[in-house]
Order: sequence, then structure tokens, then C-alpha cells
Amino acid sequence: MAEGQAEEEWATKMRAALAGDEAVYRQLLEEIARSVRAMARGAFSRARAGDADVEDVVQETLLAIHLKRDTWDGGMKLAPWVGAIARHKIIDAMRRRGARQFAPIEDFEAVIPAPEPGDPHALSDAERLIATLPARQQDIVRSISLQGQSIAATAARLSMSEGAVRVALHRALKSLASAWRRVSA
Amino acid sequence: MAEGLGVKTSDLIAALAADPQPRGMALSRRYVLALALGLTVSACAFFVIVGPRHDIAHALGTLRFDWKFVDTIALAIPTALLARRLLRPGAGTATLAIALLVPVIALGGSVAMELMMVPSDLWMTKLVGTNAIHCLTLIPLLSIAPLAALIFVMRAGAPANPSVAGAVAGLAAAGLAATLYASNCTDDSPLFVATWYTIATAIVAGAGAIVGERLLRW
Repeated sequence: MAEGQAEEEWATKMRAALAGDEAVYRQLLEEIARSVRAMARGAFSRARAGDADVEDVVQETLLAIHLKRDTWDGGMKLAPWVGAIARHKIIDAMRRRGARQFAPIEDFEAVIPAPEPGDPHALSDAERLIATLPARQQDIVRSISLQGQSIAATAARLSMSEGAVRVALHRALKSLASAWRRVSA
Repeated sequence: MAEGLGVKTSDLIAALAADPQPRGMALSRRYVLALALGLTVSACAFFVIVGPRHDIAHALGTLRFDWKFVDTIALAIPTALLARRLLRPGAGTATLAIALLVPVIALGGSVAMELMMVPSDLWMTKLVGTNAIHCLTLIPLLSIAPLAALIFVMRAGAPANPSVAGAVAGLAAAGLAATLYASNCTDDSPLFVATWYTIATAIVAGAGAIVGERLLRW
């Protein structure tokens, strides 16, 4: 019952996000990150694969959710869709590590979000993939993600329209996703 | 440390949350548009290269000729719908997958009828026909535009299995191409259709699987 309500809430939040609500979208992504982290940790530990890739899977899943949010059918629940994306990324990560057998991945709905742990990614790694972007896109990604600037502030600083910043950010995220795929293929 | 974006998850979320609204046309609409565009290009190519057979007015009155379109449309429609569904992670695809039996039943039924109606010493002649090479060339050729258009929009999707999604897109493209080609082909026996159309379709589906494996990964 409680789970059903949480799911309903996620779908409602996603609809608000798709309508342009940044605060709700951020909150939803944080909740999804916690659930996916728990799911990935469970899957990796059952596969005796260690925890090293968990945060990568979380980030890849979040990025895929963002870039593929058009594939969510607004009339459906959100959790099965998120779960399918996470499962895809978990299996991908295990395959990269050369695992041949996959322990069954626990159903997403059954996962209880774990409390947020310390983020294992050190900031010193930050340059690796972002550095492959064109200069303008690097600037925009750093400004919004690392420095926490708003789109409006970034647009004003770079003398760009907000629309142009959004487009550049979107392109940058897409290139990051494909750079990631190349690196990990 | 493992590969990754090399940013903190909270920073990534900040970047994503700054851009909540998707832009542009919805995926399912783009999909329909790609299908229509691919079919239009193929139809133009078809009319320029060969066009319908000259006795088509007479042929339309014969069951064997008309049944070819039942076969090809029964292939094109469920596969096109299934390929679109496959783009949505977690969406149920079982019902649509069962719909793939429709073309098999349509073709199988007509083959059974043909075997009953045609004396067995003519089976081989009917099967071999006179247009096998034509069929094996034109169907894959006319599939190129719809398959390319479909794969292009499908890159925005998230298929659980990229090669399966590519293969199903190939089936849909072959269904459209075969619908065009059927109006040119003078071999109307279900034995011919079940053999050569099927081989041509398998070629396109195989190409779709290979292309899908490369281009639809995410």
C-alpha cells in the first residue's frame, strides 16, 4: 500500500518535472538515486562484484533517465520504468567487468531506499570526461553542476539566451553519455 | 576507480535538474513521422525503378494477388507497433509479440490452401517462379529508407535489447517494402511468397539486428 503511494507520488513528480518544475525534478532525481543505489548495491553484492561500480551505475541511470525521459508513458507508473533502466545499466556494468552469470536482479519495487552514504566520487576526477567537451559546453556544465549556478545566471554571465544555455547543456549531457559509453565499451 | 562521469552524483543531479522540460516533438510522434517519410521515399523509388505490374487491374480481381497484401500488411503493422513499444523500458510487449503470429498464420494458411489446390508436380514450379532474384533485390532495396528512418528516431529510445529492436524495425521496413513490391511481382503463389518474400524479409531483419546492435545501444 505504502509502496503504491510512493509510486504514485513519483509519477506525479515526474509529470510536474516534465512541465518544467526544477525543484520537484531535483527532489525526484535524488529519491531515484537512493533507490537505484540500493538496488545496484544489492545486485552487485549478490553477484559478489564489490561496490566499486555502484555510483557509476547510479549516475549512468540518472543520465539515461534524463536523456530518455521521453520514453516514459505519462499514463504509467514511474517505478517500473526507472527499474528497467537501472537494471539495463546494472547488467551493462556487470558485463563490462566480465561477469558471465548474473544473479537475478531484485525487483525494483521491492527495494527500500537506503540512506544516502558519502559520495565516493572525488572531485579530483571531475575533469576526465567533461574535459572532452567543447569549451562552451564545459563552461556551462561546470557552472551549473559544480558551481550550482542557475541557468539564468549562467546565461547572463555568458551573454547567451536561457534557451541557448538549455540547448547547450542538453547537448553536453548527451555527449557525456556517449563519451561514457565509448570509455566503458 | 571505475569509469564514470567523474562528478559527484549530487552535482550531476544539479545539472540534470536545471533542464527538466524535454524539447521538441514527442518520440512516438517522431516515430510515426519517420515511418511515413521512409515509406514515401521508398514508394517514390518504387515507382521510378519498376512501378506496379501492367496487368494490375486484372490481377486485383484474383485472390492470390490480393492475399500477398494481406501477408505483407499483416507483417508491417504489428512489427511497426512492436518496434515502437520496444523503445519504452519496462513496457509490456507480450501482447504485441503475440501479434507477430498474425503474418505467420496468414502465410501458413495460404500455403496450406495452395498445397491442396495445386497438383504436387507444379509445386516446385510455383515456388521457384520467375522473379526470385527481383524479389531478393527489390525488397531489401526498398527497405533501406524506412529502416534508416526508423533506426534514426529509435536512437532516442531505450530498447532493452538493441539488436532485437533493430531486427523488429527491419521486419517492419521489410513489410512496407514487400507491400510495394507485391504490386509489381507477377508471382502470386503463396509458395513463392512464403519462400522468397520470407528470405528477403530475413535479410532485412538481419541487417536491422546488426545495425541496431551498433546504433541503438544506450
